[in-house]
This record gives sequence, C-alpha cells and structure tokens, in this order.
Amino acid sequence: MSNAHYDPSHDKGDVINGIVKRSLIAVAIAAIIFAPTILLKTQVSQISNTLFILYRWEGFAIACGLILIWRVLYEIRAWRKAHTDHKSSSRTQAGENRFGHFVGPVLLVAAIVLPFMPFTDRYILDIGILIITYVMLGWGLQIVVGLAGLLDLGYVAFYAVGAYSYALLAEHFGFGFWICLPLAGIFAATWGVVLGFPVLRLRGDYLAIVTLAFGEIIRVVLLNWRDFTGGSNGLSNIPRPSFFGIPFSQGPDGFAATFGLEYSSLQRMGFLYFLILALALLTFYISSRLRKLPMGRAWEALREDEIACRSLGLNTINTKLSAFAIGAMFGGFAGSFFAAKQAFISPESFNFMESATILAIVVLGGMSSQIGVVFSSIAMVGGIEVLRQLQFLKAIFGPDFDPSQLRLLLFGLAMIIVMLWRPRGFVSSRAPTVFFKEKKSVGSSMISQGRG
Amino acid sequence: MTKPLLTVRDLTMRFGGLVAVDKFSFEAQSGHITAIIGPNGAGKTTAFNCITGFYTPSDGSVTLHHPARGDFSLEAMEDHKISRVAKVARTFQNIRLFGGMTVLENLMIAQHNELMRASMFSIAGIFGMPSYRRAEREAIDKSMAWLERIGIADKADEPAAALPYGQQRKLEIVRALCTDPVLLCLDEPAAGLNPKESDDLGVFLRQIRDDFHVGILLIEHDMSVVMEISDHIVVLDYGRKISDGTPAHVRNDAAVIKAYLGVDE
Repeated sequence: MSNAHYDPSHDKGDVINGIVKRSLIAVAIAAIIFAPTILLKTQVSQISNTLFILYRWEGFAIACGLILIWRVLYEIRAWRKAHTDHKSSSRTQAGENRFGHFVGPVLLVAAIVLPFMPFTDRYILDIGILIITYVMLGWGLQIVVGLAGLLDLGYVAFYAVGAYSYALLAEHFGFGFWICLPLAGIFAATWGVVLGFPVLRLRGDYLAIVTLAFGEIIRVVLLNWRDFTGGSNGLSNIPRPSFFGIPFSQGPDGFAATFGLEYSSLQRMGFLYFLILALALLTFYISSRLRKLPMGRAWEALREDEIACRSLGLNTINTKLSAFAIGAMFGGFAGSFFAAKQAFISPESFNFMESATILAIVVLGGMSSQIGVVFSSIAMVGGIEVLRQLQFLKAIFGPDFDPSQLRLLLFGLAMIIVMLWRPRGFVSSRAPTVFFKEKKSVGSSMISQGRG
Repeated sequence: MTKPLLTVRDLTMRFGGLVAVDKFSFEAQSGHITAIIGPNGAGKTTAFNCITGFYTPSDGSVTLHHPARGDFSLEAMEDHKISRVAKVARTFQNIRLFGGMTVLENLMIAQHNELMRASMFSIAGIFGMPSYRRAEREAIDKSMAWLERIGIADKADEPAAALPYGQQRKLEIVRALCTDPVLLCLDEPAAGLNPKESDDLGVFLRQIRDDFHVGILLIEHDMSVVMEISDHIVVLDYGRKISDGTPAHVRNDAAVIKAYLGVDE
C-alpha cells in the first residue's frame, strides 16, 4: 500500500520529505501509546503512604527511537521494492520447495539427538516436550482448520477429553497408559462427532462461535461435576507411563536397575520426550497419508467448494464428521500424554487460551503445511520461553524492571509482524496430493481458506 | 419408443408466494441433447436445481430411468445421492472448480466414491496396499484420458484456477463426466465463451452424446448453440412450459416468438 507513494517520476526531495513526514507520524502515534504504558508509572510512597507518579523518560525515549528506526527502514525497503522488478515471487516458491525437502529430516534428527546432548538438562527437555506436544496438537487441528476449512475454536475440549479419559480410567479401573491411549483417542473422536453433528449446517463465524462454546462447556462441566472430575481441585496421582511394564523407579525392578544404568530422574523425562515424539510422528504419518488418500482430498475439496462436492456425489456430512473425529482423536492422544506427564490435571489447563494458542500455531505455520506448524510451535512455545529470559533488559530499564511483564506485548508484536510479512503463514503454498508429471506447488493466492 | 431417461411430471416449485416453476412436464431421452430455454427469470435454473436435488420441489415428480439400476425418484433424494446412485451429474452457471487444487485433483475428486471403496475407507490406503494403488493408478489414467480429449493433458498439474476461462468450463464438464453419469445437466455451458469456443463446445457435446450415449440436459441462452446441437427443446416462460419439440418446431412456434420478441399490439 505504501508503494503507491513511490512513483519513480517524483524527484528525490519529495521522496525524502515523504519518508520524514510518515516517520514522524509513526513516532507521534507510538508516543501516544507509550506515554501511559511506559512513561508513567504510579508508585506508592513507603514514607507518606501516598500515590505518586514516576516518570521513566529513558525507557520512553528508547521505545520511540526503536519505532523511528523501524519506520525509516520500512520506508527505505518499500522504496527499494518499488524500484525493482516483481520477479521475486516465483523464486520464493521454488525455494520453499527445496527448503521443505531437507528441513524436515534435519529437524527430526535434531529432535532425536537432543536428549543425548551434553547441555541438555531437565529444563530443556521440558521445553522440548512442550513444543512437541503443541506440534502434535497443531497437526491434529490442521486437519480440521487447514484441510477441511472448518474454523474450530474449541479444540482444547478434545485435549481435555483425552486427559480426563486417561486419568479417570486409570483411577477407577486401574488401566495402564498403553490401554488408555487408544481409548482416549476413541473417546475424543466420539466427542468430535458429537460436536460435529450440531454444527454441520454452520459456517464461518457461526461455526467458530459454537465450537468456542463447546470448548467452554467441556471446561465448565469438568469444573462443576465435582464427584466425578474432582472439580477445580483436579485429579492427582495419575499413574506415570511405564517402559512397557518397567516403572521408572529407584527400586531393583525399576528401569535403571533392569538395564544396568545408574538411576536418574532424567531417564523418565527422556522417556516421556521420546514418547511424545513417537506420538507426534504417528500423527504426522497418518495425517500426511490421509491427505493423499480420497478422504483427505475430500476434506480439501470441501474447503474449496462444498456445493461442487455435493454435485460430485460426496457425502459432505460424512466428510465433515470424519475431519472432526480424526482431528479430535489426535487431540485425545496428546491429552492422555499430558495427563501422564503431569500426573495432575485440572480444568485450569484447558482454558480458551490453549485453543487460541493451538489455532495461532496452525495459522502462523500455514494452513496446509505440516512443516510450517513445527516452525510456528518452536516460535510460539519456545519463543515465549526465550522471552522469559530477557534479563538484559534490566540493564536498560533499571533493576525494578520486570522483563516477563513485556512477554505478551513482544509476543503480540511478533505476531503482527509475521502476519504482515506472510499473511498466509510461514509456508503458504500447497503441495498437490497427486500428480501426473511434475509436482508443482499451488500458490496461496489460489487456495480458498474455507468459509465453513 | 423406449422408456425415457428422465421424466418430469407437474414439477412445481414455490418460494413463499412466488411460483417459480408451475406444473412443468417434459421428457429427456438417452443419447439426446435436450435444451431448456426461456427468457430471463423463466425458472430454468430453478427447474434444474429441482432435478439435481439442490432444491426439494414443492410438488410433482422427477423420475430417472437408469438402464442398469432401475428407476429413481429424484425429488425425494439427497443431492449427493442423485450423483452417486442415480448417476446424474451437473455443472454450474458460475464455474465451481476446486481452484486451489490441480486439474488432475479435480478429476480425482469426481471419482471419490470408487476410490474411497478401493481404499477401504482409508484403511487399505494408509498401509499403501497394492489394491488401492492400482485403483488410484486407474483413476489417474481415466482422468488423463479425459484431459487428452479436451486437449489440456499438459496442464494436469496446474492449479485449476490458473486455467483460462474456456478451459475451466470444459474442465468442469469433464469433471462431471468422470462420475460416469447417464444424464449430464449443464447450466449455461456456453456462458462467457467466444463464438469459436462455443462452436467447439457444441462439437464436444455432440461427441459425448454419441460416444457414451448419455442424455444431456442443458440450459442455454446462446441460441446459435442451442439450435445447432439440440435434438429437443423445451421452452419455459414465467415458470410454465410454452413449447416443446424439435428446434425447427420451436423456432416457428408463435408462443415462443411472442415470449422472446413480444407481439405487435
């Protein structure tokens, strides 16, 4: 949009004038926003016990300065872009393809060797498990949102169903993790169909609202059905998964003793890490296979044009329900892993923020790219963790400054920037499910985003 | 004469107080091209939507006689079953291709039900069983044969939305044909085509009719196309049938001339 300002016929003075003018406007807007958020701080005086205002001019100036620099760089880039040809788009498309071919295996190898690295400690393993859990959830939701084009804002409900299935089955029937895992998947898939039925006729915003409500209903039921779910106290003492019957305990029949290793609590973490990695790879394998099968092709056709689907004899009801059920099933698997890992679950873990995060991962990664979901999970989950470590900002803003407070602000900014830069996600093109001669990816401009 | 492929009896469609189609009856034969024509707002597309199940008619019956499968009452069937079971395929006035999918993928979706059975509802497909692979191979071959027939085999791996308009029209017809229909319903297939493309389309439709002995039912505004290729023309005006017969008969029918041109007072 700003390219319009840069007609090459304009002389240089006009161009510079324009840049200065727009940069100053940007800084003025930034100042209005930063004045109440950064400049002014109310503080209670310890001596007189009154409220007074603290002015933080340095922080304010730095923030406005950053905006100025960004705006000038942005203007220069836009000016340059207007002066070069528009050849770049086809190049990025081809680059994206080549990029995808080797990045997947590299990431997989990195994920496998990570627990054996010397620097890997409990914290890193924990983050790794968290990221892979979100990758798995992202792949599950991608079936519903990315492929079938059905906007689901209540995906966390299936995660909760999976978690509570495992916890309750283990508590009441003494089932082990490996029996509960498929059962949790089946329960979640059933709930997927239960949700699917009433929303079959809904599209777009209406569908999103109903699924959002569904997510909340599940959470509120879990919160209030105290006898069964433990209410807000949650369920604790959920049995941990064993290594095919061998527990991770210190005793003589534990994992360490059986394999002649020295006991370490990291062994359990490592096992959990590989467990979720295996589950995520299973999700990847099944969903990428399904995509190339008639079922997955029907999901994408449904996203493109539902009426045309019906005219070709596709039963759109079954197609929608299968997308909901299979997406939910992977959510259920991930949920039962979550319960096993935490050994404690409560409705607090399944609030709307979770659904929003998973959806953001899918949208950010690209609606039909599985590798994109991996990147966005690393950015969203890992990125938030990195932002926790912003201790160096204390050097700039003074020792009272708490960087973790800025975490969500920076995060929001990052989201906006990514969406400006790549509005259809990191990997926006789509690989065809079948080809005759040559596999050419389909550019994002042609792909429908789905209205249903 | 043999039993007609499609028999429409007293088809009526009311939207509230508006009667869009009023006691409309006609027959369409297998191996014939039947055209429904009429001025704007005559109820052609409504009648069409009733036949293909996108609307449920208020009254009347629509019976399809499938040579191998028997008779079907289309007015009581769901739209996707009309395509899958009764083998009636249709296209749309405003082209409805799966734009973000490749040309080949579009034709593969038309063969969804056969492929779904071959993949044992995805179970055989996930494990890559040879029976499914063979079925997929055959589906690709069938698609490619159709693409060669309309001369766009080299564009099989291009996104459907990237095709020129005329080719999109043809692709949509071919996609409908991939469902192996006995009756092909085309909603204004020549809309937006230039005269040469219209002529090509007419030749193509006649070839389809002769090679596969399907019945073709079409709505069309382009009179040169209609008069050239139709075996049988039905004229609608204000939801009622005003004429029915061969192109020569319809062309000279006073009622048709009145509806199209008006009469001197």
